Amino acid sequence: MSLDVNEIRKDFPILQRKTHDSVPLVYLDSTATSQKPLAVIEAMDTYYRRSNANIHRGVHTLAEEATALYEAAREKIAKFINAASARQIIYTRNTTESINLVAHSWARSNLEAGDLVILTEMEHHSNLVPWHMLQEERGIELDFIPVTESGLLDLDVYKALLSRGPKLVAFTHMSNVLGTINPAAEMIRMAHAAGAVTLVDAAQSVPHLKVDVQTLDADFLAFSAHKMCGPTGIGVLYGKANLLENMPPFLGGGDMIKVVHLRSYRPNTLPHKFEAGTPAIAEAVGFGAAVDYLTSVGMDNVAAHEHEITDYALERLEEIPGLRLFGPDAQKKGGVAAFTLEGVHPHDVAQILDQDGIAIRAGHHCAQPLHEKFGIPATSRASFYLYSTKEEVDLLVNGIYKVKELFG
Amino acid sequence: MDDLYREVIIEHYKNPSYRGHLDPHDIKFEDNNPLCGDHIEITLQTTEDGTVKDARFDGHGCAISQASADLLVESIIGKPLEDVKKLNKQDILEMLGIDLGPVRLKCALLSLKVLKAGVYGLGEASDELVD
Repeated sequence: MSLDVNEIRKDFPILQRKTHDSVPLVYLDSTATSQKPLAVIEAMDTYYRRSNANIHRGVHTLAEEATALYEAAREKIAKFINAASARQIIYTRNTTESINLVAHSWARSNLEAGDLVILTEMEHHSNLVPWHMLQEERGIELDFIPVTESGLLDLDVYKALLSRGPKLVAFTHMSNVLGTINPAAEMIRMAHAAGAVTLVDAAQSVPHLKVDVQTLDADFLAFSAHKMCGPTGIGVLYGKANLLENMPPFLGGGDMIKVVHLRSYRPNTLPHKFEAGTPAIAEAVGFGAAVDYLTSVGMDNVAAHEHEITDYALERLEEIPGLRLFGPDAQKKGGVAAFTLEGVHPHDVAQILDQDGIAIRAGHHCAQPLHEKFGIPATSRASFYLYSTKEEVDLLVNGIYKVKELFG
Repeated sequence: MDDLYREVIIEHYKNPSYRGHLDPHDIKFEDNNPLCGDHIEITLQTTEDGTVKDARFDGHGCAISQASADLLVESIIGKPLEDVKKLNKQDILEMLGIDLGPVRLKCALLSLKVLKAGVYGLGEASDELVD
C-alpha cells in the first residue's frame, strides 16, 4: 500500500504557490527543510490565538493549557520513536544543539585527553565541529570510518577502529548528501560490544523512515522538527535514562532547577534539567502536530513513496550524459540525489533551474570533508519527500537538459 | 535567466583569456567563498612606477565567479595600482552587465576582493573592500 500523493499535496499550502510570477513551485529541497502541512500551521496558529502563556508553575488557565500542550507533544514524539518514556525526550533548538548538548554535558564529564571518538567521513558539520572543539579543549582523539567509492561506510575499518577502545561512536543514520542509510543497529551493537557509547545523528532518518530507538538500542539520538513537517527552532535529543540522569546540566537558568539559593542551585529532574529558559512552546505544539500528521499518513507509506520516487529519479538522472551521481544504489539510500554536471558549476545548475521554479540546493551541504574525499568542491542536490511526484522528477530532468544546452 | 547567463559570461567562463599563474610575480593573493567553495587566486606583475604589467587568475567556481575574474583581470592590465584600489562593486556589475541577488553577488565580487586584498597587502580579504 502506498500514499495518494495528489491528496497529500493538498495538505501543503506552499505547494500551490508560483515563483517568478507564473511558474509552479517544484520543491526538491526537503533534505534542507521540509514543507509544512496545514495541520501544523493551524496548530501553531491556534496555540497563539487561544492558549499562549509561559509554561510550568503558572496556575492560570492559559498557563495550564500551554503546559499541557507542550508536554503532550513530548509524549507524541516519544511514542513516534518508541522511547520508553517521555522524560527521555529533551527539547533542543535542532539536531546541532542536541549533538552539542552531548558534547558539552556527557563528553566533558566522561572524556579525557587521549580518549578516542569515532566519527565517519560522511558526517554533517554538526557532528564534526563539536568534536573538533572538544579535541582542541580536551585533547581527545578523533578517527573516522571511511566512505567507499560507492558511498557506503567501510565496516571492516570500523571493526579495526573499535579494537582501539573508543569511548564514543557518533555517526549519521542517513547521509544528507549521499543518501546512504547506514546499518545503525549493527553499528551500535558493534560499538556496545567494544564498550563505547553511541550517538546517532537522525536528522535525515526520523523524517523519512520508521525509527525505533529501543530496537536500535541507541544511547543518544538527535533530530529536528523542521525536516519532518514541523517548524524550525525545535529539535530533540533522545537519551537513555541512566545516561541523561548522570549528566550535568547543559545551559543554566530558569526551569532547569529544583532550588536556587544565592550561592548554589540544585538541578531539576529529567527532562527539565536540560531545558533552561522559556522554550519554543508554539514550536513544540507544531512538532506534536507534525508527528500526528506523519503518523496518520504512516511512516511505512512515506518511506515506500520516497523509495519509488528516488528509484525513478536515479534512473532518469543516470541517462543524462555528463551527469555523475553520488551515493549508493536506490535500495541502500533515502530520497536524495546529489550530482555534478560536467562543465557546469552546481550553483549555475541551481540558479538556472530556479528560473523554472525548481528548488534544489547547491554547495557542500555542510559536508565539506565528504566533498573533499570525492575531490569535488560542490554538488547539486535534489531531495524528495512524501509530497514529491514523478512529474517533478521529469521537470528536473528537462531543466538539467536546458542547463546543458545553455552551457553548450 | 537569459540576462544572468548572457553569452559574454558563458564565453568568459568556458574560454577565459587570463586564466593562469604568473611566476615570478610581485603580488599574489587567494581566497575562497565559504558558502560555495569558489576559489580564486590572482597573481600580478607590476612596474616600478606602480602599474599592472600583467595579471592572471586561477581557481574554480561558478560561471559568475570565474567570468567576473576573467573580465576583471583583463580590465586592470596596464592600469595604475592606485586605480585598481578604487574599483568597486558597481564596476564589476557593469563589466558583467547584469544585476545580481545577494548570494550571487558574493560570487561576482570574490575576484575583486582577492585583487584588492593583494594590492593593499592585507593579511585577509574582507567584504568591506568591495562595498
